[in-house]
Amino acid sequence: MDELLKRLTEAHGVSGDEGEIREILKKEAVNLADEVSIDRMGNLVAFKKGTKGGKKIMLCAHMDEVGLIIHNIADNGTLKFSTVGSIDPRVLISKKVKIGKKKHHGILGLKAIHLQEPEERKTVVKTKQLYIDIGAKSKDEALKIVNLGDYAAFDTDSLPFGQGRIKAKALDDRLGCSILLDLLKNRYPFDLYACFTVQEEIGIRGAGAAAFGIKPSMALIVEGTTCSDVPGVDEHMRSTRLGKGPAITVMDATSYSNKFMVNKLIETAIKENIPYQMKESVTGGNDAGAIHVSGEGIKTAVVSVPCRYIHSPVSVADMNDYYSTSRLVEAFLKGCE
Amino acid sequence: MKELLKKLTLCYGPAGNEEVIRDCIKEEIKDFVDEIKVDVLGNLIAIKRGGGKKVMLAAHMDQIGFMVTHIDENGFIRFSRVGGIFVQNSINSKVVFKDGLVGVVSYESEIEEIKDIKLDKMYIDIGTKNREETQKLVTIGDVAVYSNGFAESNGRYIAQAMDDRAGCALLIETAKRLKSSPHEVYFVFTVQEELGVRGAKTSAYALDPHIGIAVDVTLTGDTPKSKLMAVKMGSGPAIKVKDVLIMAHPKVKELMITRARDAGIPYQMEILEAGGTDAGAIHLTRKGIPSGVLSIPTRYVHSDCEMIDSGDMENGVKLLLKILEEEIEF
Repeated sequence: MDELLKRLTEAHGVSGDEGEIREILKKEAVNLADEVSIDRMGNLVAFKKGTKGGKKIMLCAHMDEVGLIIHNIADNGTLKFSTVGSIDPRVLISKKVKIGKKKHHGILGLKAIHLQEPEERKTVVKTKQLYIDIGAKSKDEALKIVNLGDYAAFDTDSLPFGQGRIKAKALDDRLGCSILLDLLKNRYPFDLYACFTVQEEIGIRGAGAAAFGIKPSMALIVEGTTCSDVPGVDEHMRSTRLGKGPAITVMDATSYSNKFMVNKLIETAIKENIPYQMKESVTGGNDAGAIHVSGEGIKTAVVSVPCRYIHSPVSVADMNDYYSTSRLVEAFLKGCE
Repeated sequence: MKELLKKLTLCYGPAGNEEVIRDCIKEEIKDFVDEIKVDVLGNLIAIKRGGGKKVMLAAHMDQIGFMVTHIDENGFIRFSRVGGIFVQNSINSKVVFKDGLVGVVSYESEIEEIKDIKLDKMYIDIGTKNREETQKLVTIGDVAVYSNGFAESNGRYIAQAMDDRAGCALLIETAKRLKSSPHEVYFVFTVQEELGVRGAKTSAYALDPHIGIAVDVTLTGDTPKSKLMAVKMGSGPAIKVKDVLIMAHPKVKELMITRARDAGIPYQMEILEAGGTDAGAIHLTRKGIPSGVLSIPTRYVHSDCEMIDSGDMENGVKLLLKILEEEIEF
């Protein structure tokens, strides 16, 4: 597996706590960009001057990931938490997390099944029924290790498996971050702003500020998106399919992609012989939602790498989709001259 | 205004796909304004230059629709809704695509109870025999709209997309009849209102007006066993007090009431408990823009037979003219 992608996906960066991932991205970006800055919201912006100047194009990938935040410590030393971003609590049971800057180990626990009331067994588990066990015997002992407000990120090793597939946490949207770094290697005729945004998972909060500051004439969002090409799901409910190439969005819950850009993406894919698919659902949203209505309006489109089991401790992507997405965005940018 | 309304309601323009309706409106209004432009998101902005206050009138030109998301092996189309499409209003409805291709919206017939029908259990049938045939005619992302035509019955007009082509008609008619105004008037035909008042947001930001007035349809409480609501179709244009997105600015609301009263134009007050309009975006723009809403009472909103009253339309134009023709003290 690509060494950088492994580092990016294993790094911590739960929404609001993007320090670690931002530092890694920054170190990579300074070697590639002309100027790297961090705005007031915490977005990392890498600027690459164009050979002709004038037009500004913004690429955007969010660096934050879904995770947990500690909000209470029980007398027995276990931690109560809230989810940061949307997570189905069922995917949390018995998973490993790492907490705080020191990355203390924690296990997500749940009362054993034989101790659950018949009613509890029938209903879907709620986040408030779960707790994090950090091996502490008491609240005092726990307080020596963690603080209220500490974040917890999933403890998942990133690994290749199968034929060209990978499993890792935070593929949404470290895949996008990695693609942006890749594209920063080139110099384009126009000014390029590669934005690694904060707090996408808790309501698209970073991207609007970044776009307002940059005022680009066009923005392309590179995402990791939902993929349900698994047994038991009707064909028309699958949204995207693994291995079928980058997914181009026409519309989702937060934006309607600019048609000129969508057509250009499709034309580019066909011309360059890059596989692509149209995203077959309109739910969910991403940074485009804030960017396209920023200021007097910005032309915006979204290209995504399909990811199974998104927003869980471990998701799956196909590296061919990843490379094709990178190629498509690169060819699209070259066509913007 | 009937012919104009007919033309506008029969024109294709689902949210995100406003090109055709925009051209149609442009053609209708161009002779009555000083300047016309289209912004990045596609809003049509028609300007009547002047001094005084900068007044923004906004009517959205987009309509709700059905977006193709999947084509099955037998050629049937699965769709997602573009804006507020409801199951009960769509069963066995006729829809039309941009190029005139007609389809019927129906549902998986193994479902027995209407309440069990969800939009993802519905499909569009365009009469094709297989996937290949359908793929030649439509592609993922194409959008169909209700297609029920235009009719008049007892002084009421019935058509799809009255929401908000009725508002567009009011703006065009107002521009046409407005001989002189001490103000600079922006007639803004917005995009993507049905997806979350998006066009109004960017156009208001760019224009930075002193006053914003959205012109849109509203619900009524005057049909058998309807939900309680004080608005009646035919009792005059409604002046909004509040909806989900806005508490109308007292000065704008007062301005509308005073002008209506002084001119003897019938009006009614409106409190809408579900939904919002472009004013919701306009009033929160920049440092805040005092905004209100003039509403056209409409029955069967978001169906293919939305019904309005011709008198409400006429009085709506009169009220807008009254607002624009005189000085506004703020």
